[in-house]
Amino acid sequence: MNKMKIRNYQAFLPLLVLAILILINLLKGADYFSISIINGALYGNIPNILFGASELVILAIGMTLVTSSSGGQDISVGVAATITSSVFVRVVLNAHEVTLMTVLGAFLVSCLVGIAIGAFNGTLVAIFNVQPMVATLILFTAGRSIAFLIDGRLSPILANRITNQIGSVIPGVPVQTPILLTVVFILLFSILLKITNLKLYAQCVGINQKAARLNGINPVSVKLLTYIILGVCSAVAGFIAVTKAGRHDSVNLLRFIEMDAILAVAIGGNALSGGKFSITGSVIGAYTIEVLNRTLLRLEVGTETIKAFKAVFIIILMIFASPVARGTAAKAAQWIRARFTGIVRLPASKKAEASEGSKADVSVEKEV
Amino acid sequence: MEPMKTMKRREAISNSNLLLLIAAVIFVLMYGIAILCYPRSFFQYQTFFDLFSLNAALIIITLGETIVMIGGGIDISIGAVTGLVTMCCAVYLESGNGSIEGSILLALGIGIAFGLMQGFLIAYLEIQPFIITLAGMFLANGLLTTIHKDPLNVTMPHFVRLRDTVIVIPWLGTMNRLGNFIPLEVKPGAIVVVVLIIVLSVFLHWSRFGRNLYAVGGNSQSALMLGINVKRTKFISFVLCGLLSGIAGFVFIMTTGAGNVGNASGFEMKAIAGSIIGGTMLTGGVGNLIGSPIGALTLLTINELIRAAGINSNFQAIASGLLLCLFIVLQSSVLWLRRTGGFKLKGT
Repeated sequence: MNKMKIRNYQAFLPLLVLAILILINLLKGADYFSISIINGALYGNIPNILFGASELVILAIGMTLVTSSSGGQDISVGVAATITSSVFVRVVLNAHEVTLMTVLGAFLVSCLVGIAIGAFNGTLVAIFNVQPMVATLILFTAGRSIAFLIDGRLSPILANRITNQIGSVIPGVPVQTPILLTVVFILLFSILLKITNLKLYAQCVGINQKAARLNGINPVSVKLLTYIILGVCSAVAGFIAVTKAGRHDSVNLLRFIEMDAILAVAIGGNALSGGKFSITGSVIGAYTIEVLNRTLLRLEVGTETIKAFKAVFIIILMIFASPVARGTAAKAAQWIRARFTGIVRLPASKKAEASEGSKADVSVEKEV
Repeated sequence: MEPMKTMKRREAISNSNLLLLIAAVIFVLMYGIAILCYPRSFFQYQTFFDLFSLNAALIIITLGETIVMIGGGIDISIGAVTGLVTMCCAVYLESGNGSIEGSILLALGIGIAFGLMQGFLIAYLEIQPFIITLAGMFLANGLLTTIHKDPLNVTMPHFVRLRDTVIVIPWLGTMNRLGNFIPLEVKPGAIVVVVLIIVLSVFLHWSRFGRNLYAVGGNSQSALMLGINVKRTKFISFVLCGLLSGIAGFVFIMTTGAGNVGNASGFEMKAIAGSIIGGTMLTGGVGNLIGSPIGALTLLTINELIRAAGINSNFQAIASGLLLCLFIVLQSSVLWLRRTGGFKLKGT
């Protein structure tokens, strides 16, 4: 029962934070949840958050898987998304006329590029046993220049009806398309985790690679697979980002999103050293980051100070989530409980009994 | 008897030193290629020492990063802290009643403050270093833009004198095309770098803290059982890293003479790359403070080489990436060969 408690704590913390942030927003103005309809689509704070966080959510999902299986983080996701979207833009711009099929084809090509990038990182991590951060540092260094070379010029513009609609609203559908894409992606991913052993295998490899190997799981292929999946996630995120922006800016597209994605994984209560993971936590973490950003904007914190506030927030959150702080809190609670029960139950003369009682208490606590 | 002997010879060189050796060889090769391709520019002492003079801050940051990485941690806030220090110093010096001593103290103070905060949170509260230093990076960036947003050129006369100081080494120099002898000029930053490298590598090699650091990075569990204060060692490594980014910030502004929002941005990744090329491993316990500057210099030489060749500057990043890839694969295969080699010897 107590194990359940601990596991719930993981999802509990980000949810609590989310609740606090929403409360702050409501205190600022009661119209926080108000939704208006402009041109047949829903707009308001909540849709905006869902809209803004779509790439981050997708990347956080992939990052969770990679973190779990390899015990490290991929810092090249933003760059990978830039490269895949540059390929996408290139293919779309080279087409004679832009139809739904060309866009779809271009997207599939960009997915292939994402798979290639994932395979590259994954090979380094799984076969060459390089730490993930180091392995992905290569693309992190070189990636934006590669994207620029694929573009051939500074920020090519995607000016056509279909990609604009994918980036904003399809007429007749009341929800912005990126939100729909994110929902579809999350659904597909949860189905994937439901019907395959991927989650179990990734956790096994992350917790103990040798034991996983002895149990007939090939750690190399599992790690490789998780990186390839992250590559596909980057391709999807890049696709959404570039259709949202309408142009491909190889320098600034999804800049620093890798940090936010890792942060989302950590806020979601997943250990960055690998092992057990919860996708739900990461998704909540990603939305929490977006809500935090928008809350700070709503509170009229200057744009230049936002980062500092964000940092303070992260530090406080991490202190609350840290095992030492949790241990101290538990100890304090125990002490208070022991104090109270000791005073109430035991008279001072029966010292032997008291010590026995406290010993029993301790053993009970240890079992817990 | 025979295999025993070979095994001993094999183990005589530690992983740290082997990786350092590889880094040094590659750097020399790289510089040799540069000299062969562009003898006019690279076969000058000035070019070589300019690598130190102009990139002093980066090399100092790399030292700090290496110390943290040997201890098994990672610090990605150093670039941002360095940027914050340069801006604070610039604002302070421009405020009218600033002095150079004061700005040095300010730089060191900011660096140590960040080091103390991050070190405490990481070592004593056991929070993942990546997240805390990421928050530190955001904090430093946010404070930097809050303090001042526009580029700020320091015009204080004392400081300008310091900025323009060069140390002339008359016996090393080059003839220019007209046949005039131009003596070698070195910026004070380069001297700081050299002093820091010597002091820190001696400190890490022979002091108790240094040995503890290697032990903690290699295996913190067994270090704990040996009676090493793991938490304090980690804490000190982060404080040291913060201090070094403070120094780096002052050296940066001493070289460029201006505070800017973009100062030292992206240095953290360059420093990590430099440390890795220099033979430090992110898993901790393996690394060398002499290797890291060599790693940083290797990256810088590549950039210089590409600049000299006049290729599209985008290739600079790609070449750095390729070099990094080469090193990483090389390191991992060398370590793998050593492992399997050792295994074979045991079997026979």
